[in-house]
Amino acid sequence: MSSLHLEFDVAGNNFVSAGSASDEVKKTLKMLGVDPVAVRKVAIAMYEGEINMVIHAGGGKASVDIDTDKVKIVLADEGPGIPDISLAMKDGYSTAPDAIRDLGFGAGMGLPNMKKYTDEMHIDSTVGVGTTVTMVVNLR
Amino acid sequence: MTDKSLNTVMLDADRCKGCISCMKRCPTEAIRVRNGKAKVLYDRCIGCGECVRMCPHQAKLPAYDPFDSIFDYKYRIAVPAPSLIGQFNNLDNVDLVLNGLIELGFNDVFEVARGAELISEETRNIMREGKLKKPIISSACPAVLELIMMKYHSLASHVLDLVAPADVALRLAREEAEAKGIPPEDIGVFFISPCPAKVYALKTGMGLKKPAADGVLAVNEVYFKLLSVMPKIKEIKHISKTGILGVRWAASGGESLGIFQDRYLAADGIENVNNVLRAMEDGNLNYIDFVELNACTSGCVGGVLNVENPFVARVRIRALRHKLPPLDNHLDEVNKPREFYHWEVTPEAKDVYKLDSDFSVAIEKMRAIEQIYAELPHLDCGGCGAPSCRAFAEDVVNGETTLDMCTRREQ
Ligand SMILES: Nc1ncnc2c1ncn2[C@@H]1O[C@H](COP(=O)(O)OP(=O)(O)OP(=O)(O)O)[C@@H](O)[C@H]1O
Ligand code: SF4
Ligand code: SF4
Ligand SMILES: [Mg+2]
Repeated sequence: MSSLHLEFDVAGNNFVSAGSASDEVKKTLKMLGVDPVAVRKVAIAMYEGEINMVIHAGGGKASVDIDTDKVKIVLADEGPGIPDISLAMKDGYSTAPDAIRDLGFGAGMGLPNMKKYTDEMHIDSTVGVGTTVTMVVNLR
Repeated sequence: MTDKSLNTVMLDADRCKGCISCMKRCPTEAIRVRNGKAKVLYDRCIGCGECVRMCPHQAKLPAYDPFDSIFDYKYRIAVPAPSLIGQFNNLDNVDLVLNGLIELGFNDVFEVARGAELISEETRNIMREGKLKKPIISSACPAVLELIMMKYHSLASHVLDLVAPADVALRLAREEAEAKGIPPEDIGVFFISPCPAKVYALKTGMGLKKPAADGVLAVNEVYFKLLSVMPKIKEIKHISKTGILGVRWAASGGESLGIFQDRYLAADGIENVNNVLRAMEDGNLNYIDFVELNACTSGCVGGVLNVENPFVARVRIRALRHKLPPLDNHLDEVNKPREFYHWEVTPEAKDVYKLDSDFSVAIEKMRAIEQIYAELPHLDCGGCGAPSCRAFAEDVVNGETTLDMCTRREQ
């Protein structure tokens, strides 16, 4: 089966480059002729996840596997971890400091949107070690 | 007629030095230098005119009809874009320009600005109904519309399904003349365009079953002709049937003023337009109701067929506020059903960047692109004839060029 693997380094606290990995993935999916609805789902989910790594975890790594039937996105960081995942998943929950809110982030809608726009989502997190978010968007 | 190679930009091969200036700036990577000449890949061209602006040798020629083609018709109507008005210094009376057009040989004038006020009216109706997906994206700039249809397929359902103000004006102008009893074959309606994108859109009838224009002229050519006749005009007849709201469509933010509410965003310049569209794809602008996008800096006054600097033209348009009524579209005289303002044909999404229609083959090609790209120097020097190393790798895999065209690889 044909598949494509892409990897990106996501720099921490760099708001200029934030979103560039998801942008690259979006471009690739379009060139592959993936259905626009699926492209949009991947774009939204991956963008939110990427921004979370930038804001909350000082950066990390994104890896994306594109298959004929699905796109799998793994976002792994070595940040502070999430103590209570179900609380973090709630609409509007955010620990973002004021400085970040001033930039227009921190509405606490990132994780809920990632869940909403993907077919599978799993968070693995250990406080003091890091967080890995795995998301799958089905292509058919 | 529908050929982009004849209706957007053309190359004067004798002047072209193959210097890569245009290729590096084309926003859709539609230019390649082959055998020392800049070649346009027309299925990717959005007619933005950036290459015309950038060429230091004036080798990129925007396409439009010669002025004298109006005399192929017995009854000639000028349909000027509002940016024409912004070209004149110290203009207190829009009618002076319109009288100038009559002096140049037109029998009548129908302002695009009036069409714009009618489109604003229908836009407000649509927004009130709330059926269209928000944020609603304006369809007024054909370069942006083409860009969305090529690159942002997931946003196509947000685009306002209305024809261009010029199409409204052209069709109403023709109807008015026919109602006067003039034989249809004698009537020629001529749009005066600020940009190649509109030349293409109006000549091909984007959104319509058949084109509404009999010809499309350039603002700059008409402007220079007007300069010689305007001082001679003794008696100024009142011709204008538009208010400031229609005229302000000439500059970025003008269309948004016409929706009568403030949750809008207006971006101009192709780079900014791309950034806004990307943000929309990422779901970041959901709190906005209306998005106005103009490919040119400052909006249509920045179109490459204008004469005046866009910032100056914009100020002039704004200054007309004191000289014109706010809104004056003579709606009662028009009386058209709402369908009249809507697309007859929905512009289609285009797969110009898609590697292959077979997904597995596309993935194989993408892999090959990644592999080749990894070997390239990442200088984006343009020496190979492609705008970036990335585009070059794509071209190699698509069989458009060969790897040995890159002379800066480490062997
Ligand atoms: N990668 C991560 N590492 C550590 N904490 C995280 C990470 N991702 C999310 N969190 C925690 O989960 C909370 C909720 O995340 P979510 O993305 O939903 O909201 P937000 O990032 O605070 O705001 P928004 O995404 O709306 O801008 C964050 O405030 C943060 O405390
Ligand atoms: S008009 Fe614009 S899109 Fe077309 S070739 Fe020139 S720069 Fe590229
Ligand atoms: S902004 Fe106006 S002048 Fe520029 S390309 Fe779009 S329609 Fe043409
Ligand atoms: Mg977030």
